[in-house]
Amino acid sequence: QKNGVSNGTVYKKTFIEHFEQAPMYVAVLTFLGFGVGTIFGYLRDFMRAWGLEKRSVAAEREQQKDFVPLYQDFENFYTRNLYLRIRDNWNRPICSVPGPQFDLMERVTDDYNWTFRFTGRTIKNVINMGSYNYLGFAETDPNALKTVGKELQKYGTGVCSTRQEMGTLDKHVELENLVAKFLGVEDAMVFGMGFATNSMNIPALVGKGCLILSDELNHTSLVLGARLSGATIRIFKHNDMQCLEKLLRDAIIYGQPRSRRAWRKIIILVEGIYSMEGSIVRLPEIVSLKRKYKAYLYLDEAHSIGAVGPTGRGVVEYFSMSPDDVDVLMGTFTKSFGAAGGYIAGKKDLVDFLRTHSHSAVYATSMCPPVAEQIIRAMKCLMGLDGTTQGLQRVRQLGKNTRYFRRRLHEMGFIVYGNDDSPVVPLLLYMPGKIGAFARRMLDKNIGVVVVGFPATPITESRARFCVSAAHTREMLDTVLNALDELGDFLQLKYSRYSKSAHPELYEETRFEFED
Amino acid sequence: DVKRVKDYIYWLYYQYLLITCSYVLEPWEQSMFHTITVTVFAMVVYTAYVFVPIHIRLAFEFFSQIFGGQPESTV
Repeated sequence: QKNGVSNGTVYKKTFIEHFEQAPMYVAVLTFLGFGVGTIFGYLRDFMRAWGLEKRSVAAEREQQKDFVPLYQDFENFYTRNLYLRIRDNWNRPICSVPGPQFDLMERVTDDYNWTFRFTGRTIKNVINMGSYNYLGFAETDPNALKTVGKELQKYGTGVCSTRQEMGTLDKHVELENLVAKFLGVEDAMVFGMGFATNSMNIPALVGKGCLILSDELNHTSLVLGARLSGATIRIFKHNDMQCLEKLLRDAIIYGQPRSRRAWRKIIILVEGIYSMEGSIVRLPEIVSLKRKYKAYLYLDEAHSIGAVGPTGRGVVEYFSMSPDDVDVLMGTFTKSFGAAGGYIAGKKDLVDFLRTHSHSAVYATSMCPPVAEQIIRAMKCLMGLDGTTQGLQRVRQLGKNTRYFRRRLHEMGFIVYGNDDSPVVPLLLYMPGKIGAFARRMLDKNIGVVVVGFPATPITESRARFCVSAAHTREMLDTVLNALDELGDFLQLKYSRYSKSAHPELYEETRFEFED
Repeated sequence: DVKRVKDYIYWLYYQYLLITCSYVLEPWEQSMFHTITVTVFAMVVYTAYVFVPIHIRLAFEFFSQIFGGQPESTV
């Protein structure tokens, strides 16, 4: 389904997103599956409460049985009875670099996922479809890591101080200048942890008396930062510009709740690519709204920096807009740069303010030098400053891989959410029984996938999320697609009603040659 | 050919396990669930077999009385 655009002139290229709904029987069967799981959950809880079964589940002590119950809410019930039964698909320890292939430690359970034990074997060369390795910079090639090794010898690994005391190294200054040049803004500041960048800097920017308009599906770090700040939070439907405009108009017309004063600041929190849906934010419309109603925009480019855009500079470049349109550009180095940490970039006044007022700058340890050097070498590679075109090749390869993978999945008949250009590909599974079956069978075929269920997604829409990487070769993607085809037929996952062709015949001509 | 039929039946059984989420249950829970399902299904089939033909015949007689209405001759 194509989404029509409300302002025909704002988008310079077509914006195609898919959010197909499954047929009705799928929803009915999903609820049926959850019903059966819930009934058996109650049965097991009853048996555990009456001593018919002894299992080490989290329970209050005897003396606390008259207190307010700790483990009776739905989330704990769900964890105990539904999540635990298929728990072997998560928290799998890996023992190599998370590149396009990795090694997995083999784990078995003797008592239905209550305890695990390692057999000692490692499963080698599992194709990695779950790591956020969009540009393939998570590598152990000694040539590539030469400078990182040198900095490790020079600085060691620990910084042992915060930014404001003695933790600002020349590496940080070099990195911040490079990030500012990469994004095309005046100044940038880097922090040691991506989650902490959001949760510790939003409280420094907004406070009581301000209004935060945040998207429905924002990441926990943004939600935590918004709640810690003490500002009023209003949620608008995912990527829905009419809802956002209505909220903005109401905010300006009615002001603060009881005093009817004007809001001190109105800030819109959005992400570049939403990691559970694979959808891209409608940046041109948001920027025109923010200019009209005089609000500020905070863009979290955790998944989109390096991954979208013709030269990998994020959603701002993807929509051919100028970085001056966005007030606060935030991103992380975990996903596309193979390192750890986050940055906030924007006007020089903003970054100077954050250098003194951010909680992370005052209390958190700064980024360690070898990680900073890894980001510097990855960014130089992307910008072409190391003399090769390898960076641009990686971005192009990622774009090609993404389009190929998504096109083949749509042709096969799976329901896949999100924008056609986003490297995050969620494939919908819906029924709770299929979550465990899918992950286990893919591991048997030597492909590692991430499946996501209830607390991270709505309860009826469980999915398997693939992260395409520039380091995946066409053969690896073909292996994965063939396995998905087979598994889709075996588990009946091809719910789409709009698939173009079931099995595109690639070699029709040669087949006819032999028919004489 | 027998193997194909057996594989197909196993595939149908697997679909049933996935749809009703009994794939995740432990073996004794699965046996309990299968017993209950088979019992309910057998009762439905039995009720249909016993009652549905009688009801259809009565309904047919009721409607034909309204539209036809001719009394049967006793000669």
